[in-house]
Amino acid sequence: MKIHEYQAKEILRKYNVPTPKGYVAFTVKEALDAAKTLQGSVWVVKAQIHAGGRGKGGGVKVAKSMAEVESLSKQILGMNLVTHQTGPEGRVVKRLLIEQGINIGKELYVGITLDRASSQNVVMVSTEGGMEIEKVAAETPEKIIKEAIDPAVGMQQFQARKLAFALGLNGEQHKNAVKFLLALYKAYEASDASLAEINPLVVTREGEVLALDAKMNFDDNALFRHPEILSYRDLDEEDPLEIEASKFNLNYIKLDGNVGCMVNGAGLAMATMDIIKLAGGEPANFLDVGGGANKETVSNGFKIILSDPNVKAILINIFGGIVRCDRVAQGVIDAASEMEIKVPIVVRLEGTNAREAGVLLEQSSLHFEVARTFEDAAKLVTRVLKK
Amino acid sequence: MSILVDKKTKLVVQGITGSEGSFHTGQMVEYGTKVVAGVTPGKGGTKFEGIPIFNTVEEAVKIAKANTSVIFVPPAFAADAILEAAEAGIEVIICITEGIPANDMIKVYNVIKDKKIRLIGPNCPGVISPGFAKVGIMPGFIHKKGKIGVVSRSGTLTYEAVKQLTDLKIGQSTCVGIGGDPVIGSKFIDIIKLFNEDPGTEGIIMIGEIGGSAEEEAAEYIRENVKKPVVGFIAGRTAPPGRRMGHAGAIISGGKGTADEKMKAMKKAGIQVVNNPADIGETMLKALNKKK
Repeated sequence: MKIHEYQAKEILRKYNVPTPKGYVAFTVKEALDAAKTLQGSVWVVKAQIHAGGRGKGGGVKVAKSMAEVESLSKQILGMNLVTHQTGPEGRVVKRLLIEQGINIGKELYVGITLDRASSQNVVMVSTEGGMEIEKVAAETPEKIIKEAIDPAVGMQQFQARKLAFALGLNGEQHKNAVKFLLALYKAYEASDASLAEINPLVVTREGEVLALDAKMNFDDNALFRHPEILSYRDLDEEDPLEIEASKFNLNYIKLDGNVGCMVNGAGLAMATMDIIKLAGGEPANFLDVGGGANKETVSNGFKIILSDPNVKAILINIFGGIVRCDRVAQGVIDAASEMEIKVPIVVRLEGTNAREAGVLLEQSSLHFEVARTFEDAAKLVTRVLKK
Repeated sequence: MSILVDKKTKLVVQGITGSEGSFHTGQMVEYGTKVVAGVTPGKGGTKFEGIPIFNTVEEAVKIAKANTSVIFVPPAFAADAILEAAEAGIEVIICITEGIPANDMIKVYNVIKDKKIRLIGPNCPGVISPGFAKVGIMPGFIHKKGKIGVVSRSGTLTYEAVKQLTDLKIGQSTCVGIGGDPVIGSKFIDIIKLFNEDPGTEGIIMIGEIGGSAEEEAAEYIRENVKKPVVGFIAGRTAPPGRRMGHAGAIISGGKGTADEKMKAMKKAGIQVVNNPADIGETMLKALNKKK
């Protein structure tokens, strides 16, 4: 799960990770109130969307007067912000973070994430703050310093000291950085984050170490023990069809293609998307109806695929193990009879009770193209797309 | 011959009285797996369809002589269940549970990694050695006893590959679902080593997917050590970056873990990589014929 920068900073403050003072604003008036409460003479107006590259896209601006806070807030609130992560369609800005201006001395980088190869969390720092870290990793990997964390004892003082020295910090700045890193690790682990990225991590001219930006993602599997994080979910950042699917516990991801697909199991669902592409189509979605697919889940999934206007054909690929194919077939038939279907449907049901399912499909008054093998399914998709 | 589970497997089912646990215990017994015990804390002393239930795994090992465990307990308690089995001396632990927090699995993995324990999963279909034992949730009837080892991160896609093999009359020595999570007990490389050393396995099918670098590490091992034919497929060539494709571990992040990258590494290692998942069985058939 992703959250906004201002929400990540709220979590960080709980764990004593220093951040600039700031407040969220949903309106221009709230933005002005926030700037007044913050006092000072410089403020930063930051667009809050779930995507990086906001600065380059024109979503982060410095204001040097109340009048500027007002004009910039007006400009950014409601703007369609396009960044390299939003895609060309962009994202409408509905929330702002109004922050105090900071005297930036140095811009550094720190990130914490799971290293899958070693099955440990890893803290990474770099002196190349403010840059895209993927670019640093590709071009100058020696500029990224890593410490793997032993899960039994957590991050140690000496590891934080090492990383702070690697950042070229001394004296008071070094001490502050050590405190910062230890607190950040604590926030990451205690909140079951899957990513905590501070880019840039800033050393102010006064020697303070602050999280100027903050990005946190969370392990969906651990959200059951963090209701406070779940409450940060922002439905405006999600696709309406994906929200609908999540209500039925369906694993659905909307894509841009023309062939809708419904599959049981994530691996087979990905493979089905791949085979659609090989057949000359483009997958319109990822949809895993899960191992326990029944009539209801199948029927709901089918309705969600059909409500995507780009879908020109549908491929249903179910490998019944524990799932009984005849039940899946009944779900498809029920859903299809309730709606007006204008696109061709290719159905492939294999495994447990596949034969019974075939009979059900053939006896129904609806028109399905029935495929026996995975290969047949792909060929039929190619054929119906050409029609 | 086979790996991990066979005729000598004496299984304890952790979470035997839950809905998943009880249903699949029935299926495993029907297949011929020796289920010697179940564990549900608080229900010790009772029985489930004739199988004795114990309060602890320790008792299941001492009294019923269990040597393999399969875990069906809910995600919040699954890490604890794995550690209990490890502590009791179980050497093959197969965890089916989906949805265990990554931080819990990091702790478990680092406790057991240096011990003589083979953990399969979590979030996996389990392990089957056709004709001998089925420990997991896969449909037994699609399998056929034989000499091909199958290892995969996915459930139903493995069934798809197995079905293709069986339809071509190619049997399987053992099929291992290693699971779709970012932190798992056994990686491709661990299972491929076992298949390589198993005289009963003559060819290997490896089904990976986007995310992580476990396929690349296995490819490196195969290039240097494996003489048996290996056929590979990677699911998710069409998956968009930054989105989690169902499995917690199936995500392209920071431009890493793409299908193309993995396929390239596998081809370089001499693995016969198929672009079309419908070609897995045929490609293995050709590889076996060539060897003869």
